Amino acid sequence: MNWTAIWAIYRFEMARFVRTFLQSIISPVISTSLYFVVFGAAIGSRIDEVDGISYGAFIVPGLIMLTVMTQAISNASFGIYFPKFIGTIYELLSAPISFAEVILGYVGAAATKSLFIGVMILITATFFVDLTVQNWPAMLAFLVLTCTSFALLGFIIGIWASNFEQLQLVPLLVVTPLVFLGGSFYSISMLPEFWQKVALFNPVVYLISGFRWSFFGMADVPVMVSLLAIAGFTALCVLTVWWIFKTGWRIRA
Amino acid sequence: MAGMVEIENAEKTYDGGFQALKGVSLSIEEGEILALLGPNGAGKTTLISTICGITMPTGGSIRVGGHDVVRDFRAARSLVGLVPQELTLEPFETVWSAVRFSRGLFGAKRDDAYLDELLRRLSLYDKKHSQLQELSGGMKRRVLIAKALSHDPKVLFLDEPTAGVDVELRRDMWDIVAKLKETGVTIILTTHYIEEAEAMADRIGVISAGELLLVEKTTDLMARLGRKELRIALSAPIETVPEGLSDYDLRLEDEGETLIYTYDTQAERTGIARLIGSLSEAGLSIADVETTQSSLEEIFVGLVRKEDDEGDAA
Repeated sequence: MNWTAIWAIYRFEMARFVRTFLQSIISPVISTSLYFVVFGAAIGSRIDEVDGISYGAFIVPGLIMLTVMTQAISNASFGIYFPKFIGTIYELLSAPISFAEVILGYVGAAATKSLFIGVMILITATFFVDLTVQNWPAMLAFLVLTCTSFALLGFIIGIWASNFEQLQLVPLLVVTPLVFLGGSFYSISMLPEFWQKVALFNPVVYLISGFRWSFFGMADVPVMVSLLAIAGFTALCVLTVWWIFKTGWRIRA
Repeated sequence: MAGMVEIENAEKTYDGGFQALKGVSLSIEEGEILALLGPNGAGKTTLISTICGITMPTGGSIRVGGHDVVRDFRAARSLVGLVPQELTLEPFETVWSAVRFSRGLFGAKRDDAYLDELLRRLSLYDKKHSQLQELSGGMKRRVLIAKALSHDPKVLFLDEPTAGVDVELRRDMWDIVAKLKETGVTIILTTHYIEEAEAMADRIGVISAGELLLVEKTTDLMARLGRKELRIALSAPIETVPEGLSDYDLRLEDEGETLIYTYDTQAERTGIARLIGSLSEAGLSIADVETTQSSLEEIFVGLVRKEDDEGDAA
């Protein structure tokens, strides 16, 4: 392992984040506050409780998941796409590093950034609602795994994309709808029975449900199923990345 | 002794079926400067990319410092620095963060003193904290060289170092290369300017349509390029070259109407004045004279034709 190289990539990627540090903090804080005003105060005042939890608190895990997933994808996909776009990828290809090391650097940095933003939202949320976390280790495990697996997905998208439109396509057309329909702002049990069954095909449901369980001890699906789902998703991303590594797909002619 | 870079029968066929390299073999000695000369699309950049790991060879073997570039890529690539043709740099980074990143990427331990010295050598030190997008084209080229040298490589590849660079900067680049050679770095550069190859290189390799046509010492190739022909149209045709002219390198063409004299432009004397005198002594009168030079293109054509003939014969 060329740890010096992994650190160089990680540091370089994080430097971009640090340069725009203020934006990096302000945007999640503002958007979280907006969600609380709209969903928590305006709509939430008419919903009261979901499964015995105040609606404002209920949406926190979903809100964190929503932001963390999109941030992890956009950071990782941009991180690897930008060198491809401006041509500096030549240096990565000619460096004495393996593809695994490139991934550790880029995905590690993207996961760190989204994890940081997730924590920022959690802290902001405590100003609006009373929050209890029933199972801290599970909460952190779900958060870290989600950051990592979606950063991996973002990395794959960044490798696949051959223009900026494609870079936006998957997050916009696939991920955002899945996250919104994945129970970020409602419990699956609130849906008509038919749509409850459909929702079970949405992988994001399992992530949000498991994450919510770690806060409130209640979930749409059993927590072990959630854990298996996130493990399975991570494994799928790792396998895809491994295949890209083996074939040099879209990277090395 | 094995060369610093050993290329044996290297082949590269792209997925689309285009064969960019057709079995190139080449050995480059340590500390040598080799210029790869050839027209656009000849395979110069492909050859460099294949050695540096940007594309994978589809046949043959390539070793740098004795390490195979595919099987032992870490050891091989650690020895290599690459300066690409395009000015590709992250616009918002500073010179300093760019060179530091490159050094780390190649697995070298942090060494600020070395990087400071490198920036001084390339007259970049006072731009150390400037953003890359603020720099001029020439300065960007220097940053690319600094990045390539940041891990103290033994072999440096310069892909078209003077493409799109004005005359002054070109001289600058030649000076930089000369200084690098003094530090013992092996340099391989590509160009399609003959005078550039002449100014910098110890040896010149001519590459065309994916094949290495020749590799020669620069001085030898220049001597061949330096030969000119004086074509003398005679007023009346002759059967044979007269006895009194046998000292000269002469041949007859056009059924005795043209005498051709081959001479070296770089020699102290071309012998032309003496020849004109000897011609009138031999009683030949001159209708017209003309000089022609064998250009690089003609050498190309000659080489390609020779290969075709050999191919037909086989």
